[in-house]
Parts: sequence; structure tokens; C-alpha cells
Amino acid sequence: MRVTFTANGRPVEADDVWEGESLLHVLRERVGLPGSKNACEQGECGSCTVYLDGVPVCACLVAAGQAQGREVRTVEGLGPGDGGLGLVQQAFVDAGAVQCGFCTPGLLVQTDALLARDPRPSDADIREALSGNLCRCTGYEKIMDAVRLASARAGAGREVTG
Amino acid sequence: MEFLRPATWDEALAAKAGHPDALPLAGGTDVMVELNFDLRRPPAILDLTRVGELTGWSRDGAVVRLGAAVPYSRIIAELSGPLPGLTLAARTVGSPQIRNRGTVGGNLGAASPAGDCHPPLLAAGRDVLVEAASVRGTRLIPIDAFYTGVKRNALAADELIRAVRIPAADGPQQFSKVGTRNAMVIAVCAFALALHPRTGTVGTGIGSAAPTPRRAVEAEDYLGAVLAERGLWESGEPPDAGVLRRFGELVTAAADPIDDVRGSAGYRRHALAVMARRTLTWAWNDYRRQIRGAP
Repeated sequence: MRVTFTANGRPVEADDVWEGESLLHVLRERVGLPGSKNACEQGECGSCTVYLDGVPVCACLVAAGQAQGREVRTVEGLGPGDGGLGLVQQAFVDAGAVQCGFCTPGLLVQTDALLARDPRPSDADIREALSGNLCRCTGYEKIMDAVRLASARAGAGREVTG
Repeated sequence: MEFLRPATWDEALAAKAGHPDALPLAGGTDVMVELNFDLRRPPAILDLTRVGELTGWSRDGAVVRLGAAVPYSRIIAELSGPLPGLTLAARTVGSPQIRNRGTVGGNLGAASPAGDCHPPLLAAGRDVLVEAASVRGTRLIPIDAFYTGVKRNALAADELIRAVRIPAADGPQQFSKVGTRNAMVIAVCAFALALHPRTGTVGTGIGSAAPTPRRAVEAEDYLGAVLAERGLWESGEPPDAGVLRRFGELVTAAADPIDDVRGSAGYRRHALAVMARRTLTWAWNDYRRQIRGAP
């Protein structure tokens, strides 16, 4: 079947999609957006987290046909669009929260969603928000640092511009 | 494989009637795992996410009518007042991403003995009703008659779950679940308890410790009788240690657990007794605060 939807603000189209195929597979293999990672394929690891109509979900658990006509935003859509890094992405780099990098795209999207909802989350809120994103390298401490850094920088930005 | 995408409820019923072997798909948190791992190859998938009325809820007096496809995250945000037990259980489902997609209708459709929403639905009362609809009409299935076996339910092949009717809580409700961590855990076993002061009764629900979710009927009857005989509903005094212990024993006796990868039958029996005592203590403390008006 044919599936069309919006990915990072751009209309995309995929043909010969198998009816049981996941949105993740379509993103990675058919429309050239391999940032979302395919790890567990059962919603356990969060590496494939994307926004679907503004709500963070595991792309491996969304049937491609369910995305028809909807808006998807992936890790590739978090930056400013000029090839540079977004605020959350830069904070992960600066805090050393990226090691092998496989979990990073999902953590970035989930952190982006957290800070959009709650610009100054407590440590408990951060742990809860990221509880569905597994990282086997960092031990999570640098990831916690990165989220706190992103939160602080976003706050400072608001004070300057506000 | 066909991908059926009804836009309205009537279209969904017609599609299910025309394709009784179509697999309904809502949040995908169970179904997509089976597809991804080649465990299931249904001839058709029936996507229900475009049927708007399934994602709404309403309250008619003392009953909440919960649309089958309201995701857990919205239950947590919007229904913790009238449905406290279900909300507590919803908070333990998967992760934030899973709770953004998973639904009570999906949990009922899958009818896994480990499904998190079953124990609080059983505990909420015998008048919890599953609205099952087909082109032939709508019937209301009492929750006690809904679970018929391991991953089997009372739905006919042409039926879809439209909503669940749940009495709004008239007293404290609690939920407890054992797993290896707080997130991303399928219950080793779970227990839900609801106090119903208006009728002087107690509701229970056991999860992941029998072929189906089930209530502990003798434990409910025992505790209801003790609370009435000793005037505890009126006084708010807590049931004593002997009552707690006996309640736990009767909950354990109602279970029929097996040894599996998540835990042994013996462990599940032990944990159920502990969870029964704890949830009763928590709920009774809440109840006492309510009737005494303390903060």
C-alpha cells in the first residue's frame, strides 16, 4: 500500500509498504530518515521515539498505515534546520551524554518533549520521563547532566529574550 | 494482508462484520510486537485510531463511560478522581511512550492475565460493563463474564469493544504490582482493592496469578462481613492484624498461579498476601481520613 504523511514538516510518500510494517521501518528504510534507531522492536528501549501528531511514541509500535496523513517529527527534525544542533542535542554533546549513540535519538526526542511540557523538571521528573529509554553505556548520570544543562540553558535563553 | 481504515464507528462495525478475522489495532503496544516478531499474521488489520468517538469519555451521574481507545496518559491526566484504581494501574503501564498509545480497550481485547487494567476494573464493582458492539447491535458484558481463558475473552468474531462503563469510586481504591523495576514491567503479579462504603462491600482483582484476571470472592465476602459486624465503616478503626492476615490468606487462596519466567507460583502466592494486606491498609488509612475529615 501507499503511505503518505508529513515528516519534519516535509510531505513524504512510500510505496509498496507491507500492511503490517511499522512506522519505524518506513522512516528508516523508505523515506531516508534513519536517525530513529531500531533496537528492540517491542517498545522496551525507546530508541525509536518520535513525535506522532505532537505526542512522543515508539515508532516501532505504530503501524505505518496509522501514520497516513499525520505529522511525524523525528530526531532529524529537532535541529534548527541548517545542519546545526538544537539546544537539547548540544547539551547532550557538551555533557558527554553520548557514547555509542544508539539510544541517543530516542532520548533527545523524549527530553525535548519533557522540557516542552516542564521547562524545569526535578530529577525525579527527569527519571520518570526517561524511564522508557534504555542506555547501556553511560549509566545515565551524564544523561541526567545533559537534561539539567538543557533545562538551564533554555531558562537562561528565556530570561534574555523575555 | 489488508489494512482496513474505517473513519467512523459504523464503518468499523461493517468492516469487522465483513472481515471477522481482522485483528483490531489501536495503540499497537501488543499487536505491533506480535507483527514485528512474526508471531501473528492476521489476514487483515482493522485500524481503529481514526474513529474519533473511541477516544472520548463521559460521565453520567455515578458512571464513567470510558471510550475503548482513550490512552493511559489521558486516563492519568483526566480521570484520577472518579477512577483512582484504574489510574494507579495506568501509571504502572510500560513507559511514558507506551502510556501515550496503550488503551483499556486494547488491554481488554488482548485479555492477557497480566494486563494492568484488569485488577482495578474487577475491583471497581460487579456492575463494570464492557460495551461490545457489532452490526447486530450492542450488548453489555459484565466484567466478571468477560475473561474466558488465557488471552481469550467473551467477544464474538464480529464484535468490537466500544467503551467500558465503570462506576465512579465511592471510596478509596488501591493498586499494587510486583516487577523487577518501576518502568517497563509486565506484572509478576498484581492486586487491586476498592472500598465501597456506600454498599458496605469490598472489591478485589488479582492479576497475573491465574489463567484469567479474577476477583477473590471469599476474601471480599469475609472482609465485608468483618467491617460490618465490627462497625468499622462507622468508626473508621482499622481492621486488626488477624483480619489483615486472614484477608491475605483468602486472596492467596483465590489465585491459581503457575511457575514461569517472571516468577514462581510460590512467590506469587506469597506476594499476593503481602499486596492484599498493604493495599487494604493504605485504602483504610485513606478511608479513615475521609470520614474523620482530617487533612
